[in-house]
Amino acid sequence: MDSLNLMITTFVHTLSGFIEKTFVITEFELRKLRHDFTELITRALQPALWLLIFGEVFSRSGAMHTGNIPYLDFIAPGILAQSVLFVAIFYGINVIWERDLGIVQKFLASPTPRAALVLGKGFSAGIRSLSQTIIVYGLSLLLGVNLNWSPLALVNVLIIVILGATLFSTFSLIIACIVKTRERFMGVGQVLTMPLFFASNAIYPTAIMPNWLKTISHLNPLTYVVDALRTFMLAGSTSSFGLYHDYAVILLTTITLIFIGARLYPRLAS
Amino acid sequence: MSDIVLEIKNLSRRFGVFTAVDSLTLSVNIGEVFGLLGSNGAGKTTTIKMLTTLLPPSSGEARVAGFSITTQAVDVRRAIGYVPQAVSVDGSLTGYENLLIFAKLYDLPYREQQARIREALEFMGLTADGSRLVSEYSGGMVRRLEIAQSTLHRPQLLFLDEPTVGLDPIARDAVWKHLVDLRNNYGTTLFFTTHYLEEAESHCDRIAIMHLGKVAALGTCKELEDSLGSTDHTLNDVFVHYAGNALDSGGTFRDVSAERATAQRHG
Repeated sequence: MDSLNLMITTFVHTLSGFIEKTFVITEFELRKLRHDFTELITRALQPALWLLIFGEVFSRSGAMHTGNIPYLDFIAPGILAQSVLFVAIFYGINVIWERDLGIVQKFLASPTPRAALVLGKGFSAGIRSLSQTIIVYGLSLLLGVNLNWSPLALVNVLIIVILGATLFSTFSLIIACIVKTRERFMGVGQVLTMPLFFASNAIYPTAIMPNWLKTISHLNPLTYVVDALRTFMLAGSTSSFGLYHDYAVILLTTITLIFIGARLYPRLAS
Repeated sequence: MSDIVLEIKNLSRRFGVFTAVDSLTLSVNIGEVFGLLGSNGAGKTTTIKMLTTLLPPSSGEARVAGFSITTQAVDVRRAIGYVPQAVSVDGSLTGYENLLIFAKLYDLPYREQQARIREALEFMGLTADGSRLVSEYSGGMVRRLEIAQSTLHRPQLLFLDEPTVGLDPIARDAVWKHLVDLRNNYGTTLFFTTHYLEEAESHCDRIAIMHLGKVAALGTCKELEDSLGSTDHTLNDVFVHYAGNALDSGGTFRDVSAERATAQRHG
């Protein structure tokens, strides 16, 4: 009985330490933003271009068949997911930068759990992505997108955005741990981003895809991020895969990636 | 036995067919200032990386503050501080924030955090600069902040990899003054690498000269100079005698570019 108590106490202690350290890392990343938030402003440009130019043009052309949802409504959550992906996928560059300095080494020589270092960075990417959420909502309002303003839906949008950014920034961190140099990372990042984006339901429904692409899109976590965002963001929209399914895919993928990231992160110091 | 804070036994690290550290054996006493000398590529940084648990050894063992680097890595990390050769504080944060993060990561009690940070800033002569962004610091100030950051939790043993590379002589003296104070006030053992021989000569209790991954010579500065036999030898002569002509090694492209980048950022 005593040993069971001891096990439980140790587990709770380890878990609370892990959570605490994760938030310390997140805080560390977010404090940098306080000193320089030009980054947040430049990030607003991309979703604006996609919605105002690409969205408007394709909406007028009527080329995309999106059922009973207008095309601009359809694409707004897709563009939110896309801007989260685009920002998160280059997150690894920071990690390589911190490695070229001695920052990664110093963190790894501290007693902080590796998974907390990785997850803390992921969360900070998530919180940074909230600025894009505000921008996409603002643009959607301007364009007359039929948004769902229920508090529950909004909270779910925020959670999905944070999880999505954590997922893709951790994926990016894993790539950084493998390639280790900025030049190689830029190459790999470019090669991965577009396929992830185009092999998803972000700017067209999977129904119009050829079968092979449809299969790939179903293996792409971005598809589930977009599906969940679309369901929560738009009034009267229903999920294609079911929200539990979306959440399960996103959470499991994130946890798996955190686990792999925590294993690979020490490679940056060696 | 209890006077020893670092004990290294047959520690080796191989990268493919290349042996960076070859069966290293030495020990360091509590409160000692120990210098690891050698030319680029001699295996100094690889040794420090193994001792700070950043790189697993290929074979052999070391105990840091009584803990094994292979099986008790987390305990080792709690007991040590580490100042890498490259810049390890974040330029986009203030000096205070850089310290705050590490106060939290090393579990300093919440009530003590502010007092420790104030003390560390004062000790390193940075009190007036705590709220400035580190990107505005001079090279010597950055190094002092890094040392403050690595010693907030009062480690028993502080590892420093080339702590004064790229600093001008005045900044180097200031860094050393603070390091010596650290040892005198807190009993912190200092284990550092350098290739500035005059620094080793004036500050080290003992010196090990590494060459091609092995300890070529070990002792006090005086012992090493005497070991060459006749009188009037300098540490420079000792170094040339044991480490040979530095031109035949010289480190990899990555070592050299990292070192120059660090020098540039500090200078």
